[in-house]
Amino acid sequence: MIPAAFAYARPTTVDEALQAIAGGGEDVKVLAGGQSLIPVMRLRLAAPETVVDLTRVRELRGVREEGDVLVIGAMTTHSDVLADPLLAQYGQLVVQATETVADRQVRHRGTFGGALAHADPAGDLPAVALALDAEFVLVGPSGRRTVPAAEFFVDYLTTALEEGELLVEIRVPKLAEAAGWGVRYEKFTRVAQAWSIVAVAAAVRREGGRIAEARIGLTNMGATPLRAAATEAALVGADLSLEAVTAAAAMAADGTSPSSDLNAQADYRQHLAQVLTKRALSAAAGL
Amino acid sequence: MTAVEDPTSTASAPEKLVGQARLRKEDARLITGDTTWTDNMTLPGMLHLSVLRSPVAHARITHLDVSGALDSPNVLAVFTGRDFAEEQGSLPCAWPVTPDMVNPGHPSIAVEEVNHVGEAVAIIVGRTKVAAQDAVEKIDVDYEPLPVVLDMEEAVKDGSPLVHDHTSSNTSYHFVFDAGDAGTGGDTEQAFADAEVTVSRRFVQQRLIPAFMEPRSVVVQPSGDNYTMWSATQIPHILRVMAAMVTGIPEHKLRVIAPDVGGGFGGKLQVNPEEILCLLVARRLGKPVKWTETRSESLMTAHHGRDQVQFIDIAADREGNVKGLRVRLLADMGAYLRLITPGVPALGAFMFPGIYKIPAYRFECDGVFTNKVPTDAYRGAGRPEATFAIERIMDELAVELGMDPLELRRKNWINAEEFPFTTVAGLQYDSGDYGKATDQALQLLGYDELRAEQQRRRESNDPVQLGIWFSTFTEMCGLAPSRVLGSLAFGAGGWEQASIRMLPTGKVEVVTGSTPHGQGHETAWSQIVADELGVPFEDVEVLHGDTAISSRGLDTYGSRSLVVGGTAVVKAAEKVVAKARRIAAHLLEASEDDLEFTGGKFSVKGTPGAGVGIQEVALAIFAAHDYPEGIEPTIDAEATFDPVNFSFPHGTHISAMEVDTETGFVKIRKYASVDDVGTIVNPMIVEGQMHGGLAQGISQALYEEAIYDADGNLTTGTFVDYLLPSAADLPHFDTGNTVHPATSNPMGAKGVGEAGCIASTPAVVNAALDAVRHLGVSDIRMPLTPERVWRAIHGGGDGGDRATAGTNAYGGASTETSSGVSTEASSLGGDK
Repeated sequence: MIPAAFAYARPTTVDEALQAIAGGGEDVKVLAGGQSLIPVMRLRLAAPETVVDLTRVRELRGVREEGDVLVIGAMTTHSDVLADPLLAQYGQLVVQATETVADRQVRHRGTFGGALAHADPAGDLPAVALALDAEFVLVGPSGRRTVPAAEFFVDYLTTALEEGELLVEIRVPKLAEAAGWGVRYEKFTRVAQAWSIVAVAAAVRREGGRIAEARIGLTNMGATPLRAAATEAALVGADLSLEAVTAAAAMAADGTSPSSDLNAQADYRQHLAQVLTKRALSAAAGL
Repeated sequence: MTAVEDPTSTASAPEKLVGQARLRKEDARLITGDTTWTDNMTLPGMLHLSVLRSPVAHARITHLDVSGALDSPNVLAVFTGRDFAEEQGSLPCAWPVTPDMVNPGHPSIAVEEVNHVGEAVAIIVGRTKVAAQDAVEKIDVDYEPLPVVLDMEEAVKDGSPLVHDHTSSNTSYHFVFDAGDAGTGGDTEQAFADAEVTVSRRFVQQRLIPAFMEPRSVVVQPSGDNYTMWSATQIPHILRVMAAMVTGIPEHKLRVIAPDVGGGFGGKLQVNPEEILCLLVARRLGKPVKWTETRSESLMTAHHGRDQVQFIDIAADREGNVKGLRVRLLADMGAYLRLITPGVPALGAFMFPGIYKIPAYRFECDGVFTNKVPTDAYRGAGRPEATFAIERIMDELAVELGMDPLELRRKNWINAEEFPFTTVAGLQYDSGDYGKATDQALQLLGYDELRAEQQRRRESNDPVQLGIWFSTFTEMCGLAPSRVLGSLAFGAGGWEQASIRMLPTGKVEVVTGSTPHGQGHETAWSQIVADELGVPFEDVEVLHGDTAISSRGLDTYGSRSLVVGGTAVVKAAEKVVAKARRIAAHLLEASEDDLEFTGGKFSVKGTPGAGVGIQEVALAIFAAHDYPEGIEPTIDAEATFDPVNFSFPHGTHISAMEVDTETGFVKIRKYASVDDVGTIVNPMIVEGQMHGGLAQGISQALYEEAIYDADGNLTTGTFVDYLLPSAADLPHFDTGNTVHPATSNPMGAKGVGEAGCIASTPAVVNAALDAVRHLGVSDIRMPLTPERVWRAIHGGGDGGDRATAGTNAYGGASTETSSGVSTEASSLGGDK
């Protein structure tokens, strides 16, 4: 279909982008890769007054390291993520999840920051960011602030981004294999190239034959990505065994109230969360 | 591809083009888009239409104010149902399956009442598509809701609300075929009364959406009182007749052109409301107009397929001899009857007995109205439903008897030496060997190894279980003998027309009445003509799809093109050769009887060197300086072929399915099929048809379902929710063929367009059930979503209804814009 008419700005710097957003009128949408925004505009579910296109803002693209942290520019495309050597070494959970995002064409345009700012609970990257306790760097008219992932995802398609603010970079901790980290993104869909029905992002740190730490993010188990907190707690200090993992995974859906749709009713989603958590943990822990 | 030719077949002699896997002539332009699709058309002064569609499933229109749209920039006109009430007539239904069938009439645009979500309510005419689209939101409509009828089993009960309040019930017709009454079988009730074993089941054929690649598009150009319509249609010839009858435009003043068309699968075997509306608007304004649908409009308003509830009973003795079959169908017509809506389930009546010798058979079908978009032809049309039911019930009978399901089939199927065989439904099956196809398919699959693996997985209680099962099927193709269609009250014949024009330079134009929409007619017809006339493949051009060029034709559906249309080409070519022979004899000063014709050349027997090519004859007769007295100076010819019988492709499909019992996820591990489609003209096209058909049939089993919520909104209104598989989701296919030529046409072709789609659905479902039957599962509703499979394994039953809410992915793609208005009754769920 054809989108409603809109004004269009294509800044080349973050400052210009902020100005364009500030001057764009009542309803401004920021266009990153456009893989979610353009379809909803074509369906006329969104009819923004102004679209601010960030694709020419080069400073927002790329990955760098700052000590124990990887800093991922918001406009880094999914294919950039997949090709990045730093992420290959320290960001396997991000890489694995990104590999499952849609298809090659979408991954060439879609961006890491765009997917997070869109905050689609069925999208793959929010749960990964949450599991990693990523930090979101936001820039707005009143300056720069950092929001932890736990506070960034507020509700369905809603984030802590205030009006006029822009997500510029995402900081994720390095998870090195040498430090005992193993990761797995376990995604469940009916066909390839689809959104997750449920998915589980797991990172497990092993130490002396036991599980020292586990971080588990759940995709599409509620209006926002969630942590499987009960499972995480049960795994601290647990045996590195299938039995321990299975027992902990049984709590993966505790406290969740997922939606029912034509792919899955809530109880089946909760069941899937348990099965997928068991599988993700087993793979991450090398069992 | 593993093609095993029957040794008795001589269809693929090496020097012949027929039988060769020639690359398709049309593919370069179709694949690169270097052609004129209807939506590419631009005419001077052309206006663009957009359609305001009903967001409610059943309501009276109490207020309709279009002034906002009229004031919108670049909008020239807005029309409502009232504007066309006197001239729009009713969309045609060409198949009144019973004399007392109730047809409520089908306006192209709603006048007072809307009966399904997506029905046209107003048409906006703009200078650009954007202008027309922007104005859609500016029309003000009030609807007074009426009760919504959605569930067929509820709709046929006494006291159900009515879809059409001027009818006495929601039942359009009650169609019966009783073999006892027809004299083709025994007394069915008696067979069941006497039976040692009976098995009864209820199967659901879910509603499907044809989902052709190219959305529908129409352009109409008025010129005085003449009209030219371009449409992305399968049926330009039928459309011309019907559109003339509906609009009153005289048939000879209306030319219909189907340019290259991007798929149809039956979904473009239709006279669409928008085709009529484009004619009406163009006539009213005297300007060319175009309408092209969006994908969401297509999913919501183009006709759907399948949607039956099947009650099926089978009777047998303890030894496994089938004694009787009883079928009762509820078939969802949707809100209206379109072109062949009622005929689709009725056509299936003749296929439920499948490949089996069944002594007694009774079929009953109720066509039921609901507040949904109408159903109509979809790849297989009636036959997939029948094949699914008989192949599923045969397995259930085997379980009941404790018998190997393949042994049960062997015991009851028609043996090779029994052809031609007249079935209990009165059809005469032409040829085949079910045993041979089955043996070959078992070999292709590696059956024994997979069975051993299945055993291992069962014993080790593997979370991933394996199932391997069959579908042995036949179908009726080559639609159709005109007299038979007449006896079924179908509104047209089943013949096909071809003509061959020999151009002065020796090039050949073949005009076919069978209009392709991707099948490869141009290549196959060229192969046939090259062989018949002995001219180079490249010298043949195939013309189609324009009623001014191809004046007679009945178009493409029902796997009829090669069988009926191709035969007409052969017949026309024979006439060309016969005409050319007289002229060649004259030129060679020889007797016709002394001429032989091979490799495109007439030569005089026993006189080496004396000869003339048919392409030279073409030039000679164009000049017409020297030709025999008493004949017309042309060797052009035409032929109309009306088959005496259907053709009956058959085959055995075997699927090996992995079922993850923890998640319910179902995956095809391996798939083998051996099909007998008669003589093969182009093995590559045949294999392509098989692959596409398999994908589509598998897709019914595993992925596709049109879902309406309790308010009658289509929640599968985008491809996010109406799930289609891609190549990534499908396995490698091991395909093979046996060849038993059809007896109803000289080529021996049987038709391949629908075979894969018909056979694969039950093969996949049967195999999935085989994987989990030991866990107590005896049925799972299609599509076999992971959730349904999981529920059937862990909770019993058939997996039950799915939630009707669309996914929240995409920001919730199905909302008012794409699928309609929701009330509390919709139980949308999710977080929208």
